[in-house]
Amino acid sequence: MDRRTVFGGWRLPVLLVLPQLLLTSFFFYWPAGEAVWSSMTSQDAFGEGLTFVGWDNFAELLDDPLYLEAAVRTVVFCGAVSLLAMGLALALAVFADREVRGKHAYRTLLIWPYAVAPAMSAVLFLFVLDPRVGLLGRWLNQMGVDWDYHLNGNQALLMVVMASAWKQVSYNFIFFLAGMQSIPRAVTEAARMDGAKGWHRFRTITFPLLAPTTFFLLVVNLVYAAFDTFGTINALTHGGPGKDTETLVLKVFRDGVVNHDIGSSSAQSVILMVGVIAMTAVQFRFMGRRTES
Amino acid sequence: MKRRTLLAGSAAAALPFAPARAADRTKIVWWHAMTAALGDQITRIADEFNKSQDTVELQAVFKGGYADTMNAAIAAFRAGQAPHIVQVFEVGTGTMINAPGKVVKQVWELSKETGIPLEPKTYIGAVRGYYSLPDGRMASMPFNSSTAVMWYNKDAFKKAGLDPEKPPVTWPEVVKAAQAIKAANAAPIPMTTSWPTWIQLEQFSALHNLPFATKSNGFEGLDAELTFNSKHHVKHVQRLLDMAKDGTFKYSGRDNAPDAVLYAGDAGISFGSSAARGTLVKTAKFDFGAGYLPYDPEIIKTPMNSIIGGASLWTMTAPNRTPAEYKAVAQFLQFLAKPEGDALWSQNTGYVPVTFAGFELSQKQGFYDKNPGADLAVKQLARGTTTTNTKGLRLGNLSEIRNIIQEELEKALQGGQTAQAALDSAVTRGNKVLRTFQKTIKA
Repeated sequence: MDRRTVFGGWRLPVLLVLPQLLLTSFFFYWPAGEAVWSSMTSQDAFGEGLTFVGWDNFAELLDDPLYLEAAVRTVVFCGAVSLLAMGLALALAVFADREVRGKHAYRTLLIWPYAVAPAMSAVLFLFVLDPRVGLLGRWLNQMGVDWDYHLNGNQALLMVVMASAWKQVSYNFIFFLAGMQSIPRAVTEAARMDGAKGWHRFRTITFPLLAPTTFFLLVVNLVYAAFDTFGTINALTHGGPGKDTETLVLKVFRDGVVNHDIGSSSAQSVILMVGVIAMTAVQFRFMGRRTES
Repeated sequence: MKRRTLLAGSAAAALPFAPARAADRTKIVWWHAMTAALGDQITRIADEFNKSQDTVELQAVFKGGYADTMNAAIAAFRAGQAPHIVQVFEVGTGTMINAPGKVVKQVWELSKETGIPLEPKTYIGAVRGYYSLPDGRMASMPFNSSTAVMWYNKDAFKKAGLDPEKPPVTWPEVVKAAQAIKAANAAPIPMTTSWPTWIQLEQFSALHNLPFATKSNGFEGLDAELTFNSKHHVKHVQRLLDMAKDGTFKYSGRDNAPDAVLYAGDAGISFGSSAARGTLVKTAKFDFGAGYLPYDPEIIKTPMNSIIGGASLWTMTAPNRTPAEYKAVAQFLQFLAKPEGDALWSQNTGYVPVTFAGFELSQKQGFYDKNPGADLAVKQLARGTTTTNTKGLRLGNLSEIRNIIQEELEKALQGGQTAQAALDSAVTRGNKVLRTFQKTIKA
């Protein structure tokens, strides 16, 4: 049973798609094409001496133990941020979904952190966690805990994970809350009448029904952690101590903007781009299948 | 993709904006990286220059931090919109001086083309050397130069039973002083250092006449190899590691991050830029003193000159730039070299005078009598005769090499590796950076 409407001619569809195509070409295909081209060149900072080197930049990257370490670190970081941000958001959403007094104010307040710029959120965390000027940092040191993220890689990683996750909790919270509110009351009430208690009801009814939301958020969070945390990490640790908080995006910035190695930096961008394309493709396939069924 | 948008954004912002007044004046643009009070001084200089003559109109534009300013200038050059003059920090010197083709017009070239004399002899040796070709021709114009000194907290010294008027001069004395400060609990942090790489390795090498890299620290060829993993360097880093272990040295972060500790008076002894004086005079709530950078008597009996930091001014090219514009640039650079301007700039900022005449004028005006210790930086820079090890560094992507060294030091301070391993690894990784740079330049 095909219920699609097919319009004759090709002018109108082309005209309708054109603005979008222009925008995408200008803001995506053109720069992306440039990046792919640069990734196959070796050039000085000023772009004067430019030689085509084919896949050399990629080969060098894959041969570089530091790059592979950064890749592994990024995976760990993304996993930790997503897990923490989604876990907290889910817990908050469960509580906000109840009938509590002032729930509107409560919900609005929870959304605020999303509007804080990454560099600002980093500064806020510094005020709290800096071993010498931060409230909590000072207190920890006074209590005899050796808290110094300038030198302790694990502490630094913990801090950037927390700061990055904090910013994403709001976003996840909105989606989880909306997801829960779209679960038919009848289902939860039926479970309640059958005697399912809180946790049991959540585990067997709410959570499975939230699966599409959870999956969508997982992809969004992974992409967020991989790309949009640059500002936070750069402001907090610059990737240090050592390389303990240097993710792939930070390395792209450092090699390209600080180190003026445009070729290698572009090659890294292209690798990241392929990663995002793959993740988006998986998401589209999975989401498409869910809506079809 | 992020980089692309950054480049595109800064290129768009790069279009020189020229005010409409005085249409017959030649307009030139100067991009700088000076913030706050320093930025006000730049405005003052631009105003004075514009008032001093009626053929050139100079516009000074703040472009962010040092790295941002350099990146903006590079992006602008790629878009054919480079500023006439850009202020580039000392670690960018290697990249600028090796810029291919006609990216920049070096000072000697500018002087020859325009017939306006810009004499290298005017400038203090340690300053001039950093920005000159091996044969003595100047590549960029010295502007804001500082060097590293030892700052100490006199209050903490008194509390620890040390003579506040006699700062330690050798490393063994520094270690002893730090131990005394710790024992008396005279300061929360006995000793710390800003710019760990610049001060504890680059300055350390110059002071002790040790090469930081082969080929005269890179001055004589792109194929230089790093050499800062000698036994003397290792011994010094080991000393810092030992001090960190017994709590007398506290690592407080990369680059200038530890300055906060110095300004707050939390450190008994701290190493930092001589240009910190301006802020200290204005904000310090403790009695501070300055001393020469300490040396190790087992390596050298009389220490050599220290090297500079800070930035210099580069003349950039762009398509359609007229000879009149280059002449205007040369006029401005000539104006900057006047002793009155140089002396005032250094007195107002805490940077050292870059010309001999500027230093002498400051002396004559009695500035150093009223501000004891302010001339310490100049004396430290000008002492002895410069050798190939004390002229400074000419290494491509030096900022990246500094990052690498800081990373390896941090790993060693965490206990992850020995001093020898840290420096070996930094040398290996740094050499790779140099080879990549060499490859892109040769290309």
